[in-house]
Amino acid sequence: MARPEIRIPAHRMLRGLAAAAALCAAAGAQAQETFKVGVVSFLSGQAAESFGIPAVNGAKLLLEAFNKGAAPAPYNKPGFGGIKLEFVYVDENGGATKQVQELRNLYDREKVDAVVGYVSSGDCLAVAPVAEEMKKFLILYDCGTPRIFEERSYQYVFRTASHAAMDNVALGRYLKAKNVKIETFNMINQDYAWGQDSKKDFTWTMEKLYPAAKLGEDQLPKFGAGQYGSEISALMKTTADVTHSSLWGGDLQAFVLQAGPRGLFKRTQVVFSAADHVLPGLGDKMPDGVILGARGAYGLMSPKSALNDWWWDLYSKAHNVYPVQAPYRMVQALLGLKLAAEKAIAANGGKKPSPEQLAAALRNSEWDSPAGRIRMSNGGGHQATQDTAIGKTRYDAAKKMVVIDDIMRFPASCVNPPATMKSEDWIKAGFQGASGCP
Amino acid sequence: MAELITILIDALTYASWLFIVALGLTLVFGVLKILNIAHGSFYALGAYAAASFVGWAASMQWAPAFSLVAMLLAAVAVAALVAPLTERGLLRFFYGRDEVLLVLVTYALFLIMEDVTKLIWGANPYYVSEPYGLFGNVDIGKQSYVGYDFALVGLAAAVGLVVWWCLNRTRIGKIVTVVIHSSEIAASMGINVSRVYMGAFAAGILLAALGGAFTAPMISVQPGVSVGVIIVSFAVVIIGGLGSIEGAAIGALIVGLARSVAVHTAPVAELFSIYIVMAIVLMFRPEGLFQRIQARKI
Repeated sequence: MARPEIRIPAHRMLRGLAAAAALCAAAGAQAQETFKVGVVSFLSGQAAESFGIPAVNGAKLLLEAFNKGAAPAPYNKPGFGGIKLEFVYVDENGGATKQVQELRNLYDREKVDAVVGYVSSGDCLAVAPVAEEMKKFLILYDCGTPRIFEERSYQYVFRTASHAAMDNVALGRYLKAKNVKIETFNMINQDYAWGQDSKKDFTWTMEKLYPAAKLGEDQLPKFGAGQYGSEISALMKTTADVTHSSLWGGDLQAFVLQAGPRGLFKRTQVVFSAADHVLPGLGDKMPDGVILGARGAYGLMSPKSALNDWWWDLYSKAHNVYPVQAPYRMVQALLGLKLAAEKAIAANGGKKPSPEQLAAALRNSEWDSPAGRIRMSNGGGHQATQDTAIGKTRYDAAKKMVVIDDIMRFPASCVNPPATMKSEDWIKAGFQGASGCP
Repeated sequence: MAELITILIDALTYASWLFIVALGLTLVFGVLKILNIAHGSFYALGAYAAASFVGWAASMQWAPAFSLVAMLLAAVAVAALVAPLTERGLLRFFYGRDEVLLVLVTYALFLIMEDVTKLIWGANPYYVSEPYGLFGNVDIGKQSYVGYDFALVGLAAAVGLVVWWCLNRTRIGKIVTVVIHSSEIAASMGINVSRVYMGAFAAGILLAALGGAFTAPMISVQPGVSVGVIIVSFAVVIIGGLGSIEGAAIGALIVGLARSVAVHTAPVAELFSIYIVMAIVLMFRPEGLFQRIQARKI
């Protein structure tokens, strides 16, 4: 049987076509209106409390502020250059293989324009080549390993914070500047990439700044050990002038809670390379006189500026605690992305830029962050350098919080290798070309 | 000599913490034949509950010493609430199935519990360090130890003795032994097997929660505390032989000693020390140290 023929009058067909065209245009316009960013950090697991969740909390505040155009100039254009901003949050927990899959999902399924993420150095090392292979834009906002841009070069991948060599060089310089007498030093670092790198950087720094100092105990507990009785005994058995550690998060808190009552902090000058994030929680349980860094001039060691005041108040009011290193690293990444995106959008006639255009805008750029000036000066313009600060803890009973005394600031040029050198070679060569050191 | 004493003390304090948790794991396996990966989650629940109960005790102006009672109550509350839900609501549907399936079920439970604890307590850390100072300090040679660590050794010994006595010297113990040997014969003799399973599982959870509760003062209680303890507890029960109380005790002491020796003599080997010991034991005793001697008996 022949199918009945359906005839549509020409004027109705035209009207339908026009309506369909209008809908398509509207949908297209809507897609153009959103600049989508994948934000990846630890939302569960051992790094969530210390790093992931504070960083994501910061990102959420910035999303709102950016879309309202409520950030201070020059970050006060609504969204990214007038294009509304949208964030997709992904949990970094689960290992490097999972993160590679999640990154591909973000680009292929979520169609994000950029990804900002990764605390773990292992995850950074795994995802960076994938973004490069997919020709997609990626900002590493936190991870510490210098290997990313010292072992290969990238077109689409950036890191908007200094790598970890800065932390230990600054600690060594602080000890020297404060005339701390060191004949022996002990170390306790986690037995994985971060701890091993930190241990090496600090040891090499000591070899240059305190050539006569001898290493005593070199403890390497596993990540997430939780129990440090034996390690504390070992550190107390071979009492040293200084005890160095890059422990962080729950491991650091457990170490302080267990070592404090045993008197370790009274027997040796303890120096922590990345410890500001545990201060709000530990409060009076953090002993006085501990020398510590924050991986940048962050939190209580951040410099005075209008931008920093804005960020401090915004975060403190929203979360009833002051921002520490993780939110500071997130804000400096997103501020850099915002300026780069706006530059690329302007160059692209007001339309969303391609990954190549975004990369060209961020490469070798500079911007102000609450922690000071960020310069994409290393790694072929893909690796940031920044100023840092080191200080000494004191519990202020009136304020009911730990405050930092004796803060010493180090310009980026003093504690970061020059663009032409790998950090290991730079430290071993005695910080060649370092300038502006206090 | 001083170093040897330090090594032994460190081994003993670490082993006592480990024994409390591993005992629960081995008890559950001994009776229910479940390799319970969610055991670490119950440890974490105990720690979180202790943090809440100690805070509550402080708000009720209990004397500081009673914070220990609050920690004990916290562990009991976790067992009382979670055991019926988990055993009756989930695990009983898998009895008699392949052991691998039960491992996967408890692994799923572990992942769910991670999120449940985060939903209830959030991601921020909890501190209950006040009880840690209740027993003062003990100076031995150049070392200063916290008295609480020695109190934990006492607690571990007491817990081990109570469980051993219950299983070997009481009517309940005889019933449990019958159920372990043959649940069908036990049922035909009028024993309520379901209740025995429930009780054994609750006791296992209580021990995990007790371990978590009494560790809470030494750590910051936060997401992730459940992960480390489960791996090392499995090492203990595998060395000692699954389902053996004596095995758990000896396994905990061996792991504690291996770790302590490594930390004091070759810190770089600390990460592997437990696994090296486990490999050596399994080479000569594939069923663990006590499994063959006391097969099907706890």
